[in-house]
Amino acid sequence: MSRRGLQFDDEGRLRHFITLDGLDRATLTEILDSAENFATVGTRQVKKVPLLRGKTIANLFFEPSTRTRTTFELAAKRLSADVLNLNISTSSASKGESLLDMLRNLEAMNCDMFVVRHNTSGAAHFIAEHAAPHISVINAGDGWHAHPTQAMLDMFTIRRHKGDFTALRVAIVGDIKHSRVARSEIQALSILGVPEIRVIAPQTLLPPEAERMGVHVYHSIEKGIRDVDVIVMLRLQRERMEGALLPSEDEYFARFGLTEAKLALAKPDAIVMHPGPINRGVEIDSAVADGPRSVILEQVSNGLAVRMAIMAKVLGRGPQSEEAA
Amino acid sequence: MRIRIHGGRVLDPASGFDAITDLYIGDGRILSVGKAPDGFTADREIDAHGLHVIPGLVDVSARLREPGQEHKGTIASETRAAAAGGITTLCLPPDTDPVIDTPAVAELIARRARDAGHARVVTLGALTLGLGGEQLAEMALLRDQGHCVGVSNACRPVTSTRVMRRAMEYAASCRMTVFLHADDASLSQGGCVHEGVMSTRLGLPGIPDAAETVAVARELMLIEQTGVRAHFCHLSTAHAVQMVARARHDGLPVSMGTTAHHLHLTEMDIGDFDSRAHVLPPLRTERDRDGLREGIARGAISTICSDHQPHDADAKLAPFPETEPGISGLETLLPLAQRLVEDGIADLPTVLGKLTHEPAAILGLDDCGRLQPGLRADICLYAPRQPWRVDGSAFLSAGKNTPFDGWELRGQVLYTLLEGKVVFDFNSE
Repeated sequence: MSRRGLQFDDEGRLRHFITLDGLDRATLTEILDSAENFATVGTRQVKKVPLLRGKTIANLFFEPSTRTRTTFELAAKRLSADVLNLNISTSSASKGESLLDMLRNLEAMNCDMFVVRHNTSGAAHFIAEHAAPHISVINAGDGWHAHPTQAMLDMFTIRRHKGDFTALRVAIVGDIKHSRVARSEIQALSILGVPEIRVIAPQTLLPPEAERMGVHVYHSIEKGIRDVDVIVMLRLQRERMEGALLPSEDEYFARFGLTEAKLALAKPDAIVMHPGPINRGVEIDSAVADGPRSVILEQVSNGLAVRMAIMAKVLGRGPQSEEAA
Repeated sequence: MRIRIHGGRVLDPASGFDAITDLYIGDGRILSVGKAPDGFTADREIDAHGLHVIPGLVDVSARLREPGQEHKGTIASETRAAAAGGITTLCLPPDTDPVIDTPAVAELIARRARDAGHARVVTLGALTLGLGGEQLAEMALLRDQGHCVGVSNACRPVTSTRVMRRAMEYAASCRMTVFLHADDASLSQGGCVHEGVMSTRLGLPGIPDAAETVAVARELMLIEQTGVRAHFCHLSTAHAVQMVARARHDGLPVSMGTTAHHLHLTEMDIGDFDSRAHVLPPLRTERDRDGLREGIARGAISTICSDHQPHDADAKLAPFPETEPGISGLETLLPLAQRLVEDGIADLPTVLGKLTHEPAAILGLDDCGRLQPGLRADICLYAPRQPWRVDGSAFLSAGKNTPFDGWELRGQVLYTLLEGKVVFDFNSE
């Protein structure tokens, strides 16, 4: 089954949100527009809209996450849905019931949507493939594969600052190889028409045939961030040192860490993004993370509106019905 | 039982014989080709008009799952599937549970296979004790008492080059062929697909080409030093094929094979996390597939095997990296191989040779894989142009796992004879 087939229902409406691969510019733009509407909800006296009243959303987190889970939970509650939070440690899951059995049980509780975070690539796809027909699946991050809601909130943030995607130069810096954020981000930027996407990393942190993703590869941050409009810094996991991918955090910071001196090479109005959580002094200097060009905290607050927009869209109703409500 | 098979196109790839004629069988052996032996009266006549009459296929690598994993398949179920695929001789690698590192396990398997009676099963003994890669297994006992036709560490790594060297030396002194799975475990560790476009797109941990080529390089150097006779069971990269072909050309006692699926599929067939295409070694690039095909065309590759690995449904029902690798391949081996002829890669006798006398010779089974008077009457009759749509759920194998589901293939096996006995008859299934 093609991605397109799996993510859409019989009438061609988005049913799951697993990956951006295969989505078109109109769909992404519609989500971003709708998120603009939802962004105002949080500033109202009453922060709830009744769009998903009576719906039940289960957050299935097989991998620990505080921020992502919290924003999904809050997004669901602001849409008036009931929320079930299940933190499932993969080790206990593998000992006991299979993933499929667990799904059947949740289906029996009449859930309408699963928000899935899993450390295995393909997990959200697998769950969507086997979920009952009335259930929508949102991928909240699977292994190294995709993190489409993070990419959408980053697009939302970029659009708010830069407006037009088709004139941008964007650099993604760091561990591209093991990053689901990078994969989804590259897809989102391509779909939205960004003409130049750069990835900056040592070869050990790049996936094979990276160029085939439609990006320009740089091994030097000084060269790679020259004249870019947007810089996305990725988190560096400690275990990369153990796998002989990098010598040390110090060397990584010296070569790829974003400092004010390096930032000065980008465009004067370039923004700095990071999906969090930040490793200060490893991939980014505090002066930059907390500096005027950083939009890192804005990304977090934008996450709520974007996830509301995505949940509302896949559960079949757009923000139009909000007006009616 | 005396049988006359009449009017078929009799193909014996070993001798190059190819004619429409009759075959006479009695006492489990081929009595004559063409002319009836004096006084021959048939107990059974098989009309083979329009059919190809070829030696029963010899598959150098097939898992039967017994002993140890009977929920995935049994010797009875899988040999029956083999018969339906025209395969009369199967070679079982030693990674059963318990491992084939004592003659008793080999004997048990042989006895069960004889009792089932659908196909001949020969075994490879373990190269190292428990396949642990540390101590040598009792190779001579496995040969003499267990009737193992070779030794292998199956897909388990022999990490220590010193142990591999000693194992090869010892095997050479026992005059046993070593069957190799070329994989540098430290390079393939954690990987589940080819390291390339698809691993990048799907975010799946990759297995680089070098996992195979580095292992091939090491084993070739050791083969050269020890003089052991060796066979690479299922190579997946174009580069490894070139390396082994060169070594053969230089006179090393080495041969190689690949699988039917590596000759037809590439990493792209993983599509969207399709676990049916999860297999080890992984499906590689189109360039690799073409390199394997060229290896067939040039004669560098001697065997095409099924690398049959039946699974229960649950084994494939999980997120892709957590599924078990392997394809149920017995029932598609012949039509997939024949498809190479349809694709213009090689002529029919060449392709059939890689399913019959060439693997038989590598296994040291000189009376298998040939259609000659006096030899065992292991015979496959198939309708070469009959199309059928692959439906894994209809396989006789307990493993329904095939990435070829829905493929339209040509070549339907109608009869399989094992030592002169009809073990598969399509029309009475």
